[in-house]
Amino acid sequence: MKAVKRLLAVILMSTTLAVALCGCGGDKADNSSSITIGIPQDLEDSLDPHKAVAAGTKEILFNIFEGLVKPDKNGDLYPAVAESYEISEDGLTYTFKLRKGVKFHDGSTVTADDVLYCISKNADAESGSQLASAFSIIKDYRAEGDNIIIELNQKNTDFLQYMTMAIIPKNNADADTNPIGTGPYKYVSRSPQENIILTRFDDYYGEKAHIKDVTLKICASADSIVMYLLGGSVDLFARLSNTQVEQLKNADFDILEGTMNLVQAMYLNNAFEPFKDERVRQALCYAVDRQAIIDKAFGGNGSIIGSSMFPAFGKYFIDETKDVYKPDPEKAKALLKEAGYENSLSFEITVPSNYQPHVDTAQVIIEQLKQVGVDAKIKLVEWDTWVSDTYVGRNFEATVVGVDASQMTARAMLERFRSDSGKNFINYSDSEYDATLDRALNTTDDAEATKLYKDCEWILTNTAANVYIQDMAEFVAVNNKYTGYEFYPIYVMDIAKLRLK
Amino acid sequence: MKYVIRKLLTTFITLFAVSALVFFSFSVIPGNPAIAKLGTEATQEKVDALTHEMGLDRPVYVRYGEWIAGIFHGDFGKSYSYNTSVTSLLKEKIGTTLILSLLAIALTMLIAFPFGIYCARKSDSKLDLILTGINQLIMAVPSFFSGILITLIFGFVFKLFTPGAYVSYKLNFGRCVAYLLFPALSIALPKISMVVKLLKDTTLKEADKEYVVTAFSRGNATKAVFYKHVLKNAMIPVITFLGMTFADIIAGSIIVEQVFSVPGLGRILLTSISGRDYPVVEAIILLLAVFVVVSNLLVDLLYRLFDPRIKV
Repeated sequence: MKAVKRLLAVILMSTTLAVALCGCGGDKADNSSSITIGIPQDLEDSLDPHKAVAAGTKEILFNIFEGLVKPDKNGDLYPAVAESYEISEDGLTYTFKLRKGVKFHDGSTVTADDVLYCISKNADAESGSQLASAFSIIKDYRAEGDNIIIELNQKNTDFLQYMTMAIIPKNNADADTNPIGTGPYKYVSRSPQENIILTRFDDYYGEKAHIKDVTLKICASADSIVMYLLGGSVDLFARLSNTQVEQLKNADFDILEGTMNLVQAMYLNNAFEPFKDERVRQALCYAVDRQAIIDKAFGGNGSIIGSSMFPAFGKYFIDETKDVYKPDPEKAKALLKEAGYENSLSFEITVPSNYQPHVDTAQVIIEQLKQVGVDAKIKLVEWDTWVSDTYVGRNFEATVVGVDASQMTARAMLERFRSDSGKNFINYSDSEYDATLDRALNTTDDAEATKLYKDCEWILTNTAANVYIQDMAEFVAVNNKYTGYEFYPIYVMDIAKLRLK
Repeated sequence: MKYVIRKLLTTFITLFAVSALVFFSFSVIPGNPAIAKLGTEATQEKVDALTHEMGLDRPVYVRYGEWIAGIFHGDFGKSYSYNTSVTSLLKEKIGTTLILSLLAIALTMLIAFPFGIYCARKSDSKLDLILTGINQLIMAVPSFFSGILITLIFGFVFKLFTPGAYVSYKLNFGRCVAYLLFPALSIALPKISMVVKLLKDTTLKEADKEYVVTAFSRGNATKAVFYKHVLKNAMIPVITFLGMTFADIIAGSIIVEQVFSVPGLGRILLTSISGRDYPVVEAIILLLAVFVVVSNLLVDLLYRLFDPRIKV
């Protein structure tokens, strides 16, 4: 019994001690140059920038890696690891002059060999690189002193975009788990499902980052994000929803509004019997009131779109496509009758359950379709099931999701709808579309390519390939100690621009 | 000694059965780790290539054999998502969950014993009635809900901790324990109620037994009879219960970890299931099975230690 008593005393003491320690748990000591950024999921992916596929991973790797060129917040490219570049008159030869003394995070200097290694790694079709098909037009590449010369088989106006490919050292054996790049931040450590820690790279050749220590904290539960922001354990969180932002009003946060840069639509499986008929697809477009969706499910925030392109892509975006299908239930009914589906069309809308905005959208659409005698049902699936059955397996009738661009090119948005594309999950098949797209990809003239891409967008709209809805609004909450957050037209977060007020 | 050997042998067989069940069930349920990893970048060629790289194109019994052989060398394979060995991935997580569970057990004993003893000694007093009422209520509240209340009350009203500001025990043990105290409390609450009830009931039952009258007749004071005889005997079922709860508490921490954003075994188990990261899931489930089986084994053995009357 004596032993038990002593044990109890020890437990009691240690508990009291813990409570005492707890009192100073929330200390706001000198964190003048550190920030905690919340991210919605862990990087369950390779940390090798050439292998990473998840948007959430690339968003973070953007701060660690750089290519020969790098995009700015307008989507324009500027020289990064290359000091300058030249494109020959015929557009077939690219010459990149390597910047002198660019250092990798491990202290070694970037050499032409490293660049050649990266090109060969990505050009290898076996590597599974996302750039492999784009790199298939490379005829030859070599180094002459500090110059990297790339010769192409055919001109491609998008080629410079692909040179944002991360430059990594040739001799990094564990690129999967130990990322070494040239970016403004270097990787320090990670603890799965907990955090990823970065620190400023002080030997960075360009304008150095302002904040020294960055903790990327994984906030897997959407419900607790607001709590963490209010409690002070997270300083910045991007891509918040309208309702989350409402709860942050009056707190110490600056709320910034941008767009998500994706195309949210009810994607229709064009191979599903009723949807083979263009009139049925058009009827659905007339039946859906997009403004009502935005008002009901998004508190009025979002930009209506009419084709597979989002507004931030100013060069290719066509605002007029959104006016083709004005809400018109009578016309929708007439078209359905014509196609032989009067009051008899029913289908299932598959939605990944982890994306509440898409679930909400589908629910509003179902109500709207009832008005024209269409019986739609929602089917919630796990994200993994969505990817394997709906996206890869193409076994669905309709689905509400957002599709974004992996590269800042029109091709990245539009090539997937070519009838033979591996990513054409809606089974879209239109010979005119295929022909127009091919001409756009092969033309040597940028103005003509732009016009042809726009033609493609018009074809998608006129044939009602999908029920296009909106580019969703994105809210970023930043603790008002910090400033400098910038929105990009691609899915990245530029931490180097953040600074203390 | 024979008994111990037999127990160890059944433990081993149980674990073996669990390992087979876990491994083969994952080859039956829908979902493909390669597709989960590639997401919307998945095309048939890429999926095939990655499936081959992960070794999933080989027959399931071959993979099971390799997995089991690896475990005997302490190698649980490599995580698909993180590209690192499962052992190094789970090391820190196990520590976190163990600290949380031990804290929960400590809190349970610390709070339940005084209350249980009080309720037993002063049974039918007004305070006992009130405490019993509260006790029934707490027993009915699930930990994830009490977790939300605790966050609200201690985190936002009294500001005793910053919700979500978990610090790894490797960085600062004190602050880690200070944070985990609150999730531990929410795990412990229903257990406390159960122990209080059990302790009260068994104590009252013991007090009715004949040896108590004998003890009094030998001139012992009430207090001495209670602590030296009654309580000692009443503790046996309670300790058995505590032993069994340990496994239960580890399982319960999985849910509470979500509420308090504690990156322990539970968090990684859930994300690994949805990401189809089989090696991680299999290792965690096997580990949980080990906890359950071993704590049951310990209870069985302790039984004999506490009460020499029991000879199995």
